[in-house]
Amino acid sequence: MTLQLGLFITGQTSNSLRAMENLRRIFQQELNIPCEIDIIDVLEYPQIAEDEKIVATPTLVKRHPGPVRKIIGDLSDTRKVLLGLGILQDSSAVRLGKEEGSGNDRD
Amino acid sequence: MIGTRAVELEKLRTGIAGFDQISNGGLPLNRSTLVAGTAGSGKTVFALQFLVMGVQACAEHGVCVTFEEAPEDLMRNVASFGWDFEAMNRNGQIAIVDATPEQGEEMLEAGSYDLSALMARIENAIRKVNAKRVVFDSVGALFPQFSDANVVRRELHRIASALRLLGVTTIITMERLAEDGGLARFGVEEFVADNVLVLRNRLEQEKRRRTIEILKFRGATHQKGEYPFTVDHAEGVAIIPLSAIELKQRSSDLRVSSGVPELDQMCGGGFYRDSIILVSGATGTGKTLMVTHYLKAAIERGERALLIAAEESREQLTRNASNWNVDFDSAEKDGLLRIIARYPETMGLEDHQLYIQREINEFRPSRLGVDSLSAFERAGSPKSYREFVIALTSHIKKVGLTGLFTNTTSMLMGGESITETHISTITDMIVLLRYVELYGMMRRGLAILKMRGTQHDKDIREYVIDGHGMHLVATFRDVHGILTGAPTYMFAREREHLAEMFARPPSEL
Repeated sequence: MTLQLGLFITGQTSNSLRAMENLRRIFQQELNIPCEIDIIDVLEYPQIAEDEKIVATPTLVKRHPGPVRKIIGDLSDTRKVLLGLGILQDSSAVRLGKEEGSGNDRD
Repeated sequence: MIGTRAVELEKLRTGIAGFDQISNGGLPLNRSTLVAGTAGSGKTVFALQFLVMGVQACAEHGVCVTFEEAPEDLMRNVASFGWDFEAMNRNGQIAIVDATPEQGEEMLEAGSYDLSALMARIENAIRKVNAKRVVFDSVGALFPQFSDANVVRRELHRIASALRLLGVTTIITMERLAEDGGLARFGVEEFVADNVLVLRNRLEQEKRRRTIEILKFRGATHQKGEYPFTVDHAEGVAIIPLSAIELKQRSSDLRVSSGVPELDQMCGGGFYRDSIILVSGATGTGKTLMVTHYLKAAIERGERALLIAAEESREQLTRNASNWNVDFDSAEKDGLLRIIARYPETMGLEDHQLYIQREINEFRPSRLGVDSLSAFERAGSPKSYREFVIALTSHIKKVGLTGLFTNTTSMLMGGESITETHISTITDMIVLLRYVELYGMMRRGLAILKMRGTQHDKDIREYVIDGHGMHLVATFRDVHGILTGAPTYMFAREREHLAEMFARPPSEL
């Protein structure tokens, strides 16, 4: 399964540069699945930002597989990025689910 | 320019009825203006009307940045005002930037961010349609989408500054939680503090009263205080500019007939054409009859007359008029008369004002009758009523027609009513109709209390009403205190009269 991503940035701002750098690092260190990344500079292509309803920059959009999800910020929080991409399961959510399950069992 | 006068900021004419008057010319050009108000105060309508009027009245294109309502909903909602947003969008006159949160879409924050993408989209939209006007509706909805309100505030401030450089005039709407207290939520006023409008929607004596106030315009003048407005389905927001009304009324030497020849004589040849006449009297003194005479005089001259009836239906009026040989039906068919009969309670006074104004502009009468003006007191608070009277009279003056209002006094004898106190300084002429109790009989007396610009008969004349209408007869002589409602008679006359009384057979008493 190929991951299709779009990264919306604004020119050469520090947030934009950090986001590109952080994304590269995450892919090198954490991921080994095929991936297509489309980098869009909203200053040059505002219409694409319009079509995908991007408000904040940088924004990483997981376009495929669905559901579409947006991760905003310079991607410095690796765990959040992996959660957003669906690669990491939300451990707190999983734990919560188990507790609820056990609760039901007791009933 | 030093030594002459302070240089005032240029303004952009909005095209919104009344607003350009209370703002002394419109919104400060190329600046942002915050429009704050509670839910349902008319912020969105006002903001979108700013865009629509730009297209329709000023040939200026606009951009709508929507944070709350989806573009489809927005277009559908304003369609009820007859604004075809969709067509304007298609024709490249209005561009929409959709910044509403996507339904069911999750957004995660992973590090620092700004709102440059939004700015780039707005700039793109401005370029695309060559916009001069921008609306943000409503920025409050942007805050819950992000965890850090400070970032949103800082970014909105940055966007507002950038828009100024792009040469666009911006309206930013923002919700308030209550009519009083803080100006806007999330401390928004801090970043667009230069110009602030407040829209209010208060409940006053069980009536809704909408007002608009220009709180401040930095570096520019404006009218102060709250102005009533209405949200109307034909015009959207319509503000009634009251004190901004200029006293630049024309006045004419032309006289028009009152329809009662003796009354014309009393006032030296009839009413002045551009004057406002108040006919004040208790119930049954013949006020409606006087209006009928007055309208008939116009119809007979082939001039159009408009009657606003607040107490009787069209059928009642027509029937009563025909009793006095005045044919309202055929006058209406000939297009010389229009009768608008509407109970005052059916809508707010601001709406009445707007409707009457619209009828005048459409029908272009030379005479207007309002029977009775005092009935409109019921439709609003005393403050609204005062504003209604002022706005109506000044519109009549502006258009330059003759206006005759009736006023029902609360007391049978003499008496004063709220209408007189509010209206008396605006009216050019006041005619009093009074019951006069003389020797146990009800008779009627007419007096001209004032008439601007000419001499008038100071007598109190008795009048009678018969099958042909109103006739003025002799002057009351030897009687004092008719106007106070407690007439007293001169002795000599009374002795005569008493003699007469006893001379008559009892059946005539």
